Amino acid sequence: MRKTTYNYRLLFAFILMFSFTSFTVHASEEREKLDAGALMIDHIIDSHDWHIYSIGDKHVSIPLPIIILENGKLSCFMSSKFEHGHATYKGYALPSEGPNKGKIIKVDEEGNKDESAIIYDFSITKNALSIMMTSVLIFFLFYSVAKTYKRNPNKAPKGLQSVIEIAIIFVRDDIAKASIGPKYTKYLPYLLTLFFFIIINNLVGLIPIFPGGANVTGNITVCAVLALFTFFIIIFTGNRNYWQHMFNTPGVPWWLKIPLPLMPIIEILGALTKPFVLMVRLFANITAGHIIGLGFITLILVFGEMSTAAALTISPLSVILYMFIGLLELLVAFLQAYVFTLLTAIFFGMAVEEHHKEVDKQAALIDEN
Amino acid sequence: MELIQPGIGLGFWMLLSFSLLIFLLAKFAWKPIVKMLKDREDAIDEALNAAEKAREEIKDLHGKNEELLRQAREERDDILMEARKMKDKIIEEATQKASEEGQRMLENAKQSIHFEKMQAITELKNEVASLSTEIAEQILKHELSDKKRSQDIIAEMVDKIKLN
Repeated sequence: MRKTTYNYRLLFAFILMFSFTSFTVHASEEREKLDAGALMIDHIIDSHDWHIYSIGDKHVSIPLPIIILENGKLSCFMSSKFEHGHATYKGYALPSEGPNKGKIIKVDEEGNKDESAIIYDFSITKNALSIMMTSVLIFFLFYSVAKTYKRNPNKAPKGLQSVIEIAIIFVRDDIAKASIGPKYTKYLPYLLTLFFFIIINNLVGLIPIFPGGANVTGNITVCAVLALFTFFIIIFTGNRNYWQHMFNTPGVPWWLKIPLPLMPIIEILGALTKPFVLMVRLFANITAGHIIGLGFITLILVFGEMSTAAALTISPLSVILYMFIGLLELLVAFLQAYVFTLLTAIFFGMAVEEHHKEVDKQAALIDEN
Repeated sequence: MELIQPGIGLGFWMLLSFSLLIFLLAKFAWKPIVKMLKDREDAIDEALNAAEKAREEIKDLHGKNEELLRQAREERDDILMEARKMKDKIIEEATQKASEEGQRMLENAKQSIHFEKMQAITELKNEVASLSTEIAEQILKHELSDKKRSQDIIAEMVDKIKLN
């Protein structure tokens, strides 16, 4: 019990930390026409500040640190300096509309984009901060569980430990052991981290307000990094058999390999497709869920453009539909974490699979013919 | 379309955070947790095996007890049977011995009676002989004095003998 409250305290500490930073409030000049599509996309893409709410012309958001690398020179400042895209700072701008919307650009004195400048944006964005916060949360969550295990060894699990244990045993027995076989132990730490990272970020992403709400697992970069981890682990731990299958596939006629290396090309493409598909699947599932959910809520605003009565009429339906999608997303949050981890484990299993005698026999038969 | 454009900055922070998370969790969380889970599973297996073994042992012990009881009962029966046999034998022997003794005593008595009888007969014979001699002496004395008288005496003597 004490441990769980500790984790909650951690969460509140974060909230508190940001409550003390100055909220930037900005009044926009005029009420523009509602662009539902842009509104939805704005909610699921990364941003340089953490938007809390807007009432009328007032936008309240948490400023985030901007880190820019240009010609080996680092510039660090808070995103509040941009005043929601209306000001330039140190020659940089963050436009709130136009082709460079949401991107940091180098501008000259007149406010035009300096095309010659090559800048790298290492800002701690909304997603980056969310990743850091959930990582800290995940670490302390499992660290406390590990301590509980150490405190009462060989006892029945208690509290948080018993919830976590089900998931850990599930990943160990039904994902790692079942897909990889006896060599599963060296992959288990990665698979466990992957599973809990995805599931916790999925769930945090479903919370609509700060500290949740960042669309971390529905971000292509995050999914790409996760997929690349899987890809490089496969590359670095694949055994002789795996590489032989890649470049000299046994059991296929020779003319598929020489003179045109058709099989190797297919195999290499397959090896590259696997992480790509992993990335796209997670990204698309989470993003799609968020877009549908946002769509139902945006429906109220779209109807509100017509009349207030229409908005009031549609809002109960919107809320009910959003609740339905929310439940579906809850399921998807678990499902996608499971699928990503399972497929990763299956790919690891293929990379460390030992030689098959049946395949040898088939190859011999084909060679004879 | 920013939605599907990977960003280098986020990629960098994600790579850093996730690598650090894997490293820290592997060292401080997964290693002890997985080890403890394994230990606990082993301990449970061991306990179950021990319980099974104990149950077997109790079963064995029960069987052994039964066997011991059975043996004891058999032994008791054997001892009783032997005792009964011995008793019968002793009784038989005693009876035989007693009858033999009786026979022997009877024999002895018979012999002794016979011997006594013989002795009495011999004595009687000697007595008769001496009496006869006496009678003869008397007769001879009377015959010498009175013939008639002698004859009466003889008759009287003979009568006396018969009465005796």
